[in-house]
Amino acid sequence: MWKDFPLFPEAASTSARDVDLLYFFIVAINVIFTIGVFAVAVYFAIKYRRKNEHEIPPQPGHSTLFEVVSSAVPTVIVMIIFGWGTWLFYVNYIPPKGAMDIFVVGKQWMWKLQHPEGHREINELHIPVGQTVKLTMTTEDVLHSFYVPAFRTKKDVVPGHYTTLWFTPNKVGKYHLFCAEYCGTQHSGMIGWVHVMEPADYEAWLQGTVRGETMSQAGERLFGRLGCNTCHKADNSGRCPTLENVFNEPVRLANGQTVTADEAYLRESILKPTAKVVAGYQNQEMPSFQGQVSEDNVLQLVAYIKSLKKQPEVKK
Amino acid sequence: MSATLTTPPVSTQPPAEHRPTYLNITKTIGSWLLTLDHKRICLLYLLSIALFFSIGGFAAMLVRLELLTPAGDFLTADGYNKAFTLHGIMMVFFFLIPSIPATMGNFLVPIMVGAKDVAFPRLNLMSWYVFMFGSVLAITSVLLGGVDTGWTFYTPYSSTYSNSAVTFAALGAFVAGFSSILTGLNFMVTIHKMRAPGLTWFRLPLFMWAIYSTSVIQILGTPVVAITLVMVALERTLQFGFFDPKLGGDPILFQHLFWFYSHPAVYIMILPALGVISEVISAMSRRKVYGYTFVAMSSVAIAIISFIVWGHHMFTSGQSVYAGMVFSFLTFLVAIPSAIKVFNWLGTMYQGSISFATPMIYALGFLGLFAVGGLTGLFLAAMGTDLHMHDTYFVVAHFHYIMVGGAVMGFYAGLHYWWPKITGRAYPEFLGQVAGTLMFFGFNFTFFPQFLVGYLGMPRRYHAYPAEMQVFNILSSVGASILAIAYILPAIYLAWSFFYGKRVGDNPWEAKGLEWEIPSPPPTENFLKPVVVTEEPYTYTKEAH
Repeated sequence: MWKDFPLFPEAASTSARDVDLLYFFIVAINVIFTIGVFAVAVYFAIKYRRKNEHEIPPQPGHSTLFEVVSSAVPTVIVMIIFGWGTWLFYVNYIPPKGAMDIFVVGKQWMWKLQHPEGHREINELHIPVGQTVKLTMTTEDVLHSFYVPAFRTKKDVVPGHYTTLWFTPNKVGKYHLFCAEYCGTQHSGMIGWVHVMEPADYEAWLQGTVRGETMSQAGERLFGRLGCNTCHKADNSGRCPTLENVFNEPVRLANGQTVTADEAYLRESILKPTAKVVAGYQNQEMPSFQGQVSEDNVLQLVAYIKSLKKQPEVKK
Repeated sequence: MSATLTTPPVSTQPPAEHRPTYLNITKTIGSWLLTLDHKRICLLYLLSIALFFSIGGFAAMLVRLELLTPAGDFLTADGYNKAFTLHGIMMVFFFLIPSIPATMGNFLVPIMVGAKDVAFPRLNLMSWYVFMFGSVLAITSVLLGGVDTGWTFYTPYSSTYSNSAVTFAALGAFVAGFSSILTGLNFMVTIHKMRAPGLTWFRLPLFMWAIYSTSVIQILGTPVVAITLVMVALERTLQFGFFDPKLGGDPILFQHLFWFYSHPAVYIMILPALGVISEVISAMSRRKVYGYTFVAMSSVAIAIISFIVWGHHMFTSGQSVYAGMVFSFLTFLVAIPSAIKVFNWLGTMYQGSISFATPMIYALGFLGLFAVGGLTGLFLAAMGTDLHMHDTYFVVAHFHYIMVGGAVMGFYAGLHYWWPKITGRAYPEFLGQVAGTLMFFGFNFTFFPQFLVGYLGMPRRYHAYPAEMQVFNILSSVGASILAIAYILPAIYLAWSFFYGKRVGDNPWEAKGLEWEIPSPPPTENFLKPVVVTEEPYTYTKEAH
């Protein structure tokens, strides 16, 4: 590909080539129909150009065949593209098992990324090639969007929500990271790099960087500092429900509904405890931690609560 | 369409300077500012939107100058953000939405239905004042330092974080929205209640079907965005928690409300242009529009489907994957009536007697650009490719092909086509053809490179960008200067022709339609005798002339 006049971003994820393939298909449809329509229009305009000022040409009749064909052809073509595009989206929607977790907090105007092992990065993400990476993202302030053109994917980062995005990089290199959702003054400065590394280089990078405590250790420390442990006791003897083995399990609520204790539920329960109260604990008033903990902290608390779940042995 | 005759034949008409027309009947400024004549109100709108188009165009030039180089070195980051916001707000709310309906719609709706005026002439004048008041609010926001939210006003940036004059701009768009609602209402009632005897629905010109469909969207959609903008203003000023999660709101709610109107709003911009193109191609080919009923119904279908596709702006927002699938499916459905229109226009040209006069130059340009604009929508309607292309320059190019390549080319086609009727004077034909051709090439030069740089990954609304994307941006900026010349040229020669152009007869195109059976320019009351319609529209027959 031309170096100074690139037409395509590098393709560095397992889904990038699939997106390109559909892109080329639609490009072909575009070229055929645009040139077709324009060429026919110009051809008619020249062939049937007005020969004398007052002429009246023959008038059109009615052709059922023309009407059927002119509606059926576009219908068939758009339905093929719909099916293909939807399938492509769907297979890239649910992350495969065994993904490496990365936690992302957007903030005007930087990306803060945390590895579960405790490495923190700003505007840079180091990941090993071939490893599926799942991002769990939120923002301290306004909307952002995590966009890596080389991976052909993006996802908005929404305040008050966790959104997820995953990809499997398959080519070593350094790729653009952009914020794609307008976020204010330095929107175009909210950029960075994704470094896809050989696994050995990645290990070396991990060793070579200062590793703080892991996210769940940081969460555990916060859990003590904020006094969560005075009520949420491991043996369920506290005033509040135990958090052991809660993550991703169904929770019965006071209003009779059942929810799954996923990241979004845990986040909501920390910031808005009264929104979805666990059955049997209606009379306990947990204070809200809105404004007292940053989104980073919430992610650490969530990581800690996740770590309280007995993991089935995972073989590496 | 042909009426049974109401006005004397052309030759017996005294020349325009010796008979009363809507232009010369009164001359004072007051008689213009307080006029109830739909034709004069058309000209009031034409002047106003020309001003707003110039402001929006100036902002676009600032944006293109900044993007000549990768570094943000011409404007400050805030200055750049305010420039593209001003461009968007002016072009969308104060040019494109009113453009064809408020000018040609105003001029032609009463004439095409055979009436003296719209149903509510006073309301019509009030709509213009409301529109101007909205524009004053919007321009006040510029004087107060400008707005930096983008025309989309996405929350919570607009409602909580931006330090710019958002409230004034949002209120400006809110107020202008009322003008749009009232105009739509006026046209709808006029088309329903004031058609001349014999003028059945299926004898209406296709421009009327397009305006009618547009009015439906204006009436049903605009209140939603109006309420949404008020909610933004309330959250900004009084901390109501609608959208900002810190106040207990949800930013995604804003996106649903905003696009529920703003997607149909795209069709407020393009449907009237589709109607104009049907008229122009038919007249310039002297052929009945091929598949009249199909074309008319496709306008209605587009208007209806446009209300249920808004979620395609939100595939990456974290919206449910199943909702996304439904929205994607419905979006693809819009492609079908759009394609039908294009094929039927080609059917209209087939075996016609095609003139290369300026309106046809614009119509041919429109066909090419609208085809590209519509077809590139397929990339964005398909969820798999949209994930990559959403919020990049690909989207910018796509919607400019529709809203500028489509709607603005349609506007210029109609303006030239009806100019002799509106003014009673000819525009300089050769200059018109030059400007129309220049606009086609300048447009492609400007926006085609943006498809490429968009696929490369350049996000929208970037003040600075990576160096490898520069070559496309240079092409685009150079193209924009050509485009600017193509826009300025008609402004000059049309203004000249308004005062000094050669007088024309009542039907210089030898076209069909009630508007061509009355004098150019028309008298205040349009028709001097009652109109009775006895024929289908576009009945071109050898006996007629």
